[in-house]
Amino acid sequence: MKFINYLETIAGVSIYPLISLIMFFVFFAAVTFYAIKADKKYIDRAKNIPLELPNQSQD
Amino acid sequence: MELEKFKYDNQIVKMFSIATVVWGLVGMLVGVIAAIQMYVPALSFDLPYTSFGRLRPLHTNAVIFAFVGNGIFMGVYYSLQRLVKARMFSDMLGKIHFWGWQLIIVLAAVSLLMGYTTGKEYAELEWPIDILITLVWVVFGWNMFGTIIKRRERHLYVAIWFYIATFVTVAMLHITNSMEIPVSLTKSYSWYAGVQDALVQWWYGHNAVAFFLTTPYLGLMYYFIPKAANRPVYSYRLSIIHFWSLIFLYIWAGPHHLLYTAVPDWAQSLGVVFSVMLIAPSWGGMINGLLTLRGAWDKVREDVVLKFMVVAVTAYGMATFEGPMLSLKNVSAIAHYTDWIVAHVHVGALGWNGFLTFGILYFLIPKMYRTKLYSQKLANTHFWIGTLGILLYAVPMYWAGFMQSSMWKDFTPEGQLKWQFLDTVTKMIPFYAARSIGGTLYLIGAIIMAFNLYKTAKAGSFLADEDAEAMALTKNYQGHSTDHWHRWIERKPIQLMIVSLVVVIIGGVIEIVPTFLIKSNIPTIASVKPYTPLELEGRDIYIREGCYVCHSQMIRPFRHETARYGEYSKAGEFVYDHPFQWGSKRTGPDLAREGGKYPDSWHYNHMLEPNSMSPGSIMPTYSWLLDDDLDLSTLKSKIKAMQTLGVPYPVGYADIAEADLNKQAEIIAANLKKDGIETSPKKEIIAMIAYLQRMGTDIKKTAVADTLKK
Repeated sequence: MKFINYLETIAGVSIYPLISLIMFFVFFAAVTFYAIKADKKYIDRAKNIPLELPNQSQD
Repeated sequence: MELEKFKYDNQIVKMFSIATVVWGLVGMLVGVIAAIQMYVPALSFDLPYTSFGRLRPLHTNAVIFAFVGNGIFMGVYYSLQRLVKARMFSDMLGKIHFWGWQLIIVLAAVSLLMGYTTGKEYAELEWPIDILITLVWVVFGWNMFGTIIKRRERHLYVAIWFYIATFVTVAMLHITNSMEIPVSLTKSYSWYAGVQDALVQWWYGHNAVAFFLTTPYLGLMYYFIPKAANRPVYSYRLSIIHFWSLIFLYIWAGPHHLLYTAVPDWAQSLGVVFSVMLIAPSWGGMINGLLTLRGAWDKVREDVVLKFMVVAVTAYGMATFEGPMLSLKNVSAIAHYTDWIVAHVHVGALGWNGFLTFGILYFLIPKMYRTKLYSQKLANTHFWIGTLGILLYAVPMYWAGFMQSSMWKDFTPEGQLKWQFLDTVTKMIPFYAARSIGGTLYLIGAIIMAFNLYKTAKAGSFLADEDAEAMALTKNYQGHSTDHWHRWIERKPIQLMIVSLVVVIIGGVIEIVPTFLIKSNIPTIASVKPYTPLELEGRDIYIREGCYVCHSQMIRPFRHETARYGEYSKAGEFVYDHPFQWGSKRTGPDLAREGGKYPDSWHYNHMLEPNSMSPGSIMPTYSWLLDDDLDLSTLKSKIKAMQTLGVPYPVGYADIAEADLNKQAEIIAANLKKDGIETSPKKEIIAMIAYLQRMGTDIKKTAVADTLKK
């Protein structure tokens, strides 16, 4: 019985996973960099929002 | 700076909380009934409406969309107002959202029991309800963004990011997976077929878990755990990384539901890689939740709210460790189609979603009713009985899963399969019984909670509009920009939504689009032909009765599967399957090559009384198929719909389909007569037999032709 599997005919289909992995790592590195570098004042401010402390300044 | 006074809307939160409790009890009760049906099939009452194939989708839909859905809205409406220091944008939109969602739930319950289903797991609802869901979802988003835009807090707390990602991704998933051609008001065919349908469905199914059961609840976790413990989240920086990497990675992981199936290999591998990576953000989130309580563990001992939340987050950690493990091909080879998967999802549903919801309810109700919880003791009882319930549910199911799998694989020294499939079923019965006890305990816990919360509400007085005050944002930013301040603020949540959408689209596009583009290149198997009209009608009965919840139609390329079921399944065999019916669980045997295995009369007797043909079988009877006449009123539109979808019936075939159908029905009726069964060819059972006898036989024809050529 002759049967050719899906996508075997696409040239260089293995590039997909490679592109995907690179994309994720770039994205992840950028987010991590941003998170580490983020302003401490902003982090402290945002962190405490749920606690609804009275009279916080809005900066 | 000017201090503004306003009121938080607790009324809408109360409405959603009542709905959460009520639908939660309904969903769990249906689950317990379905669980008992698995070892007492007589509990189907020989009625179509109460048979397992219809109750199980009702159970999953009720728990996911009614219980957890209302839980999401309850938590979002409460926390969003307080996080942005503003009342919800519109009370009216909130009410439309609430009643619209309840209407969807009622319609869903009725239509699923009636057998109106698309046959795609967790997306079973038919097209009119799909449209209604879309509209109500838009109302939810409108109300949410309206609130965010008029906020008095400049920064969007991380919980809100999760809510926004939930909104936009669920919209995308729901619309893409619900593409279908209506045949009538209650019947439609999936736009996609076979392999493509499977890829889209599990891209949806997996991400429904991600963006309906996980991201909104992570948002709730980031609000309610700090709130209940009265301390900020452990690391806000970690939560930023958690959010972005979680939503980026999740969307790729869908194909891990289709390992060793006819899905292209590269897509499977991609699914595996991303599923394994997913453990990092998931555990980042879990650690962030648990470490928020560092130095406050004494509080956990005292406070029942925190107890529930700690177990919830722990269950989340266990389920998200297990998930990536299950995605490894060698583990999936063991776990797929077994009760292991059932255990896995229930650790998530009962532990993570259930317990977090309970924790939030115990936190919210006393607060909104300005009183103490009626009974701490009852709440503690609920906690312990619920935890015990989860254990009693999960442990037997894990055990059952391993046992099933190893029995399926067992060969004798002579190289024969050691066990009949039926042996592996009857061995499961003690485990199924234990599971139903676990589920019942969990339900009893929830009933205790309902009573406790009701008593609390009775004792307190409800605060519908809660006074609040906050500084307006207006003045601060006018000086900074030439833009009107409003536009600057507006842009941020919208930007966040757009970026989230882009991030989740990337994975979907890379995985799904190639499979679609290549459609014209699929080397179809020449002998695979469209279903005859009678088989098509039979297939629709198969879908209506929910056969796919217990039977798979996908033979994996393993020795033990090909020995048991025959030649493994090929992608080209499913090109006319709108929708695909591969299934995800083998409570009964695989049916992909069922055609020709047994005589027609076997199927007739088996549907009437499964035990007579397979002693010890736990399949319920389907006696109504023997009594009811096949409804042919939509046959023409069905053939036309299939033609629209590209199924190559000859032009004008819709007009002669009925004649063809009758011819084939006569043949089957005559076959039955030979075996001493007198029945009219007009009955539903005839169509069902036609479909069952066709399944998986097409490629056998090529095999015969090839042999002849040689």
